Amino acid sequence: MSVPKLGNLPSSKLDAELTPLLAVSQLSVAYGGIQAVRDLSLEVAPGEMVCLIGANGAGKTTTLKAVCGLIAPQAGSVHFDGQALTRLPAHEVARRGLALVPEGRGVFPRMSVAENLMMGAYTRRDRAAIARDLDQVYTLLPRLTERRTQPAGLLSGGEQQMLVLGRAMMARPRLLLLDEPSMGLAPLMVRAVFDIIRQIAAGGVAVLLIEQNAHLALKTCARGYVLENGVITLSGNAAELAANPAVRHAYLGE
Amino acid sequence: MSSVLSLNKTQPHWLVFGLLALGLALLPFLVDAGLGRSWVRLLDLALLYVMLALGLNIVVGYAGLLDLGYVAFYALGAYVYAWLASPHFGLHLPFWAILPLGAGLAGLFGVLLGTPTLRLRGDYLAIVTLGFGEIVRIFMNNLNTPVNLTNGPQGINLIDPVRLGGVSLSQPHTLFGFTFSGVHLTYYLFLLLTLAVIFISMRLENSRIGRAWVAIREDEIAAAATGINTRNLKLLAFAMGATFGGLAGGLFASFQGFISPESFNLMESIMILCMIVLGGMGHIPGVIFGALLLTLLPEALRYTGDWQRNLFGQIYVDPADLRMLLFGLALVAVMLYRPAGLIPSARRRQEFADAKG
Repeated sequence: MSVPKLGNLPSSKLDAELTPLLAVSQLSVAYGGIQAVRDLSLEVAPGEMVCLIGANGAGKTTTLKAVCGLIAPQAGSVHFDGQALTRLPAHEVARRGLALVPEGRGVFPRMSVAENLMMGAYTRRDRAAIARDLDQVYTLLPRLTERRTQPAGLLSGGEQQMLVLGRAMMARPRLLLLDEPSMGLAPLMVRAVFDIIRQIAAGGVAVLLIEQNAHLALKTCARGYVLENGVITLSGNAAELAANPAVRHAYLGE
Repeated sequence: MSSVLSLNKTQPHWLVFGLLALGLALLPFLVDAGLGRSWVRLLDLALLYVMLALGLNIVVGYAGLLDLGYVAFYALGAYVYAWLASPHFGLHLPFWAILPLGAGLAGLFGVLLGTPTLRLRGDYLAIVTLGFGEIVRIFMNNLNTPVNLTNGPQGINLIDPVRLGGVSLSQPHTLFGFTFSGVHLTYYLFLLLTLAVIFISMRLENSRIGRAWVAIREDEIAAAATGINTRNLKLLAFAMGATFGGLAGGLFASFQGFISPESFNLMESIMILCMIVLGGMGHIPGVIFGALLLTLLPEALRYTGDWQRNLFGQIYVDPADLRMLLFGLALVAVMLYRPAGLIPSARRRQEFADAKG
């Protein structure tokens, strides 16, 4: 299925497939002498949902933190939309359209729900558009509407996870990086949170999802990578991965 | 519930504002008539502490960075003033030139302290800042050789009083038939600068910068993930706090006419921190109240000797000891019964309600 490139014709679909939105290449991260991630490469196309699954301590969060500029990688590169992000500080990375939803939720507990959402638009100046986006977030997350004046710390775990998703959306990101959004949530709440993630992705935002819950992650995403002891051991189509005997044995409990 | 976090207050009525202004203008005269000249002096000192506390409040209250070496900036401001306006180097530069210079230099040192401590938080940051405060004090104590910079423990004496447009604030002046003594005039100058510091603090609190500080205080990683430049904003907090400290230091030097390293010990840093914690961290009215209370209360407790004599006919406990004992008890009581401070902000009250519930 090789499609020849057609002269100067605008072919955004084609370009999008050729240049990934996020390209991580041969990333290595070490904490002191301990190698957490080695030679990791992964890609996320615009609007694509990709998951990175692996056991506790495999290096999933480390990978995400290195992509976001929260920790400096030892080697390798991170490109976003063709631009190098490697060694940019976290706030610069955020300003380029990557929104991180950190592990353990990371709401600002003593700020109200509304203040939390507005912090998501911290780097934006377009007030009218911010107000519109805020309305949209409230439409997407009706539970937050009732609680907009409440301190975020008083919300339930699931509501906090939704709030952080909403806050991330307020930055109008092109790529959402989710670190274990299902962690510590009741099954019903997990389903609600993942419904929202799917809705966000349906709006054209690419998602890189990090999950221990491999079953859920592979069901949600189109593609996946399996991380073991800091190395990617398997990758491919989510359905294929879910059918892979090794994955079934190690992560799907069979 | 919604009232707890509603941050928009009703605009103060102009009448209230006018009365407050009149009250503040007449205060030194009332205090002078009622309690005596020494209390007007104390009032001046209390205003200095309000400035200091508001400065430290930016670092500790807004940005959540526990700074135990704040007094170092106070010392820097004071020494810059002393160097440039005393017989020590024979320099007598005007007040308006030195004060911004001292404040600016203190601000620069704020960044200097902030840079290596960016990754530290809580206890660890407290220890480093404590060390910084002590280093500055010890330097001041020992920099009399080989070049006599600070005159060591003897300190620098005969520092020029503030002189504004030919009016020296060390002598009384007559205006419109009223005689204003030096301490009265100093009061007005300090009041003006304190109001400026309050105004800046208020503007900062309700700005983008202020919100970013709150975010950093609550969750630094989440703050960075929303695009906040945590490094620069933490440095800004250190610099702003230090600038106010330097400003207060310069005023202190000119007001006392004499400074020595003794005035800038760890206890001073802790007192300023106490003012903030006791009054209500991060809340301007609370911080002002805390600063006034902790400056005036220990002085008021000096009268415990008189009380004992009146009650028992003789003094059982030396008022100097009793004073600090009562003061300590008052601190413990406030922290037990009002842990968020005497006048806490809505947000902070919430914080302690969370901790309990």
